[in-house]
Amino acid sequence: MAHQIRVEVNGEVQEREVEARKLLVHFLRDDLGLTGTNVGCETTLCGACTVWIDGQPVKSCTQLAVQADGTRVTTIEGLADGSKLHPMQEAFWEEHGLQCGFCTPGMILAATALLDTNPNPTEGEIREALKGNICRCTGYHNIVKAVQKAAQGGASNG
Amino acid sequence: MGNVIGSAVRRREDPALITGKGKYTDDFCLPGQTYAVIVRSPYAHARVGTVDTSAAEAVPGVVGVFTAADIEASDAGGVVPTAWLLPDMKTPEHPILAKDIVRYVGDGVAVVVATDRYVARDAAELVEVDYDPLPAVVDPKAATAQGAAQLFEDVPRNIAFEWDIGDREKTAAAFDGAAHVAEVELRNNRLIPHAVEPRAALASFDEHKGELTLRMTSQNPHVHRLLMSLASINLPEHKIRIITPEVGGGFGSKIHHYPDEAIVAWCAMKLNRPVKWTATRSETNLTDAHGRDHVTKAEIALDAEGKILGLRVHTYAAMGAYLSTFAPAVPTILYGTLLSGQYDIPAIYVKVWGTFTTTAPVDAYRGAGRPEATFVVERLLDLAGDVTGLDPTEVRRRNFVNPGNFPFLTQVALEYDSGNYEPALDRALEISGYGELREDQKRRRESGSDKLLGIGVSCFIEACGLAPSQVAGALGAQAGLWESAKIRVHPTGSVTVYTGSSAHGQGHETTFSQIVAGRLGIDLDQVEIVHGDTGEVQFGMGTYGSRSAAVGGSAIATGVDRVIEKGRKIAAHMLEAAEEDIVFEDGEFSVKGSPDRAKAWGDVVLAAYLAHDLPEDMEPGLEKTAFYDPSNFVYPFGTHIAVVEIDRHTGEVELVRYIAVDDVGNVINPMIVEGQVHGGVAQGIGQALWEEAVYDENGQLLTGTLLDYAVPRSHGLPSFETDRTVTPCPHNPLGVKGVGEAGSIASPAAVTNAVVDALKPFGVRHLDMPLKPEKIWRAMQP
Repeated sequence: MAHQIRVEVNGEVQEREVEARKLLVHFLRDDLGLTGTNVGCETTLCGACTVWIDGQPVKSCTQLAVQADGTRVTTIEGLADGSKLHPMQEAFWEEHGLQCGFCTPGMILAATALLDTNPNPTEGEIREALKGNICRCTGYHNIVKAVQKAAQGGASNG
Repeated sequence: MGNVIGSAVRRREDPALITGKGKYTDDFCLPGQTYAVIVRSPYAHARVGTVDTSAAEAVPGVVGVFTAADIEASDAGGVVPTAWLLPDMKTPEHPILAKDIVRYVGDGVAVVVATDRYVARDAAELVEVDYDPLPAVVDPKAATAQGAAQLFEDVPRNIAFEWDIGDREKTAAAFDGAAHVAEVELRNNRLIPHAVEPRAALASFDEHKGELTLRMTSQNPHVHRLLMSLASINLPEHKIRIITPEVGGGFGSKIHHYPDEAIVAWCAMKLNRPVKWTATRSETNLTDAHGRDHVTKAEIALDAEGKILGLRVHTYAAMGAYLSTFAPAVPTILYGTLLSGQYDIPAIYVKVWGTFTTTAPVDAYRGAGRPEATFVVERLLDLAGDVTGLDPTEVRRRNFVNPGNFPFLTQVALEYDSGNYEPALDRALEISGYGELREDQKRRRESGSDKLLGIGVSCFIEACGLAPSQVAGALGAQAGLWESAKIRVHPTGSVTVYTGSSAHGQGHETTFSQIVAGRLGIDLDQVEIVHGDTGEVQFGMGTYGSRSAAVGGSAIATGVDRVIEKGRKIAAHMLEAAEEDIVFEDGEFSVKGSPDRAKAWGDVVLAAYLAHDLPEDMEPGLEKTAFYDPSNFVYPFGTHIAVVEIDRHTGEVELVRYIAVDDVGNVINPMIVEGQVHGGVAQGIGQALWEEAVYDENGQLLTGTLLDYAVPRSHGLPSFETDRTVTPCPHNPLGVKGVGEAGSIASPAAVTNAVVDALKPFGVRHLDMPLKPEKIWRAMQP
């Protein structure tokens, strides 16, 4: 049975009919064509699908689209200000914080959410905050550097 | 512009990837697209009776359900072949859907195709398969026992091949005359690659042209196309186009030709509509080729001064249920030949049994044979230190190949082209403050500290850029191991490079454009790199085995040099000078000694295309292709040091420092090189501390999700301390070696040696990876 949902995604209101069981990540990818959000494990364990719901990081592979009804969702496509990169995106580029890039959208959104609550994290706090996001390429070394750099530049959204 | 080579240029790949605009296979959608789900065996070993597809077919939205019978009734080859044939090897058939017998949990028995991905999964649940379970065997040594479950009727004791290298008698004699002998029995733990992007394929068929387009997660699209055409589906090679869009990591797992992508291609042709398949993480864990899984006995013989006299290794290597694409090469050519390490060892003998087990196939995974070899050698060197009473660094130092002895021919068939091992060791010791660490360790031991300190050294060598093709062929490769590059210069002087390398995170577009811009003296933004599309790129071998800079990059450099050579002839003609008097520097052709007599790059290129006044007999245009076949492997090396603290009460290990000094020859982009080291080191640390694919005695994978299989996460790792020494490769045009696998080769031994070092007061000589707290805690109990 289809359900009507209304979600603000990256600033645009989307009104769609979805099956009750449709996952939020499939709604974003298949229905809205926002393929920047990746699926790595379907079990909340890898973090590739991290998006923000009302500003909070959430793993969209284990949320139903209907649960997002009435919320504000931000995906990686909505992070930059037009053609101007978000400082966290800039920092990942500058510090070589990505290789294959598959975990990167989720990693950037998780890292940015950290700086919203803790604008000057220690290395240990960064590593603790990102432990739900798996990167198999970088060994996290340059991801940590990128977050530190973004923090120095004042990259929180707050 | 010459200095663009060696600069930490930001990656041109990144803007798309950090904004979510990069397109991976699953991001593509085609009109009329359908979704495939593969029905997989829940048993490790069973006879397959009837497969009833009727209930699945009746589900609205299902457009087809197919089994092995359908594949057999078609004109498709229907199998996936192995591409590395060792002498006398048994090569049982591997059908893309299992026929009468399934041989591991995850073996495909049917495929369901539907218009919706959820419907396809629903329907897959309704396929009724009648299984008659058979006994399983999961251990590579136990598989050879009399009475063990047998996977194939014509493969007694499950032995696919026996292989040896070195001199058995000479080695036995070395042991007979030894002052010291040390031995170890070890298990190199089975690993699951875990690229974060699961494998995926999207196939579409143009029935009028008879052409298949397959977007897929591949490290080597031309190899996939070749094997697909030869054995899996019924289409000539030129009617198959394989495109690898962005690929989300591979680490070897996307080299191999699996059944799944062939099934998707077959379905798209059968149904004449696009079919997409995306593995779930569980499917990935069940069916991606696993890595390692060795059972080994290794011995080392030394004289009274700690000089190595001989090394003897016996290894049972799991092949899993079928011989995957390059699987037979991994525990043989890539393992046995590496067992001399950095050392001058006068006698070596290695014997390997490759055995079938009712598990996922095992094939190349980051390092492929070389981490296993390094683990054996570097564990033995630590044990050699114990029996001789020498510090682990001293026993290594006494046995390094002397820098004056390169090229150095080992007793296991490799000729090390260059090397200088002591400076890397010294640098690593200096960075780590080795002397102070040992003093700290002594203090802690005397005071009975709760935190045991361990220091582990790993001096590793890597043979990568496997070559030349003639040698590879003699060793069983059913492919050449060269690389191709086509350099297309456009009339305005900008350049498009078509490379047979196929990146999946390595940053080739950046590194390769640095090679071209640096050599031609043009701006980086004047260079475009095209890869990963068999419709655009000439045949190439792809990206694996740390080969892309050394082989792919050298192909590009060779092609660029050919372009320059033609440009030189044109410039000589334009400048009315002798060709040998023309020098090319910083984007300008000039007459030697008369720098004012010069033609800019752009003028010469334009002249080539205008063709109004070219040297006699010269064709217009400026485009050159190179098929570069290296004369030898390249041999990166280095010393890594791990420092661990172990909680005396819980056995928990904290990796507190990790020092990596690598020598990868000349460096094109130091930022990218360091990134490769970081990633490799982390993967090897994962193997040492956490990762292990565990099958129970029935062949069920107990570590099928990321809950049970622990890959490294950010909070378990320190930041790494890296440095380099530079010993250029003498035989390729760039002087580069490889770097992709180095970290994963060095770090398992460094970390394990550190943990064992910390536990020495408890009489511990060896522990198998992964070094989980329980195992360590038990080892500390009286």
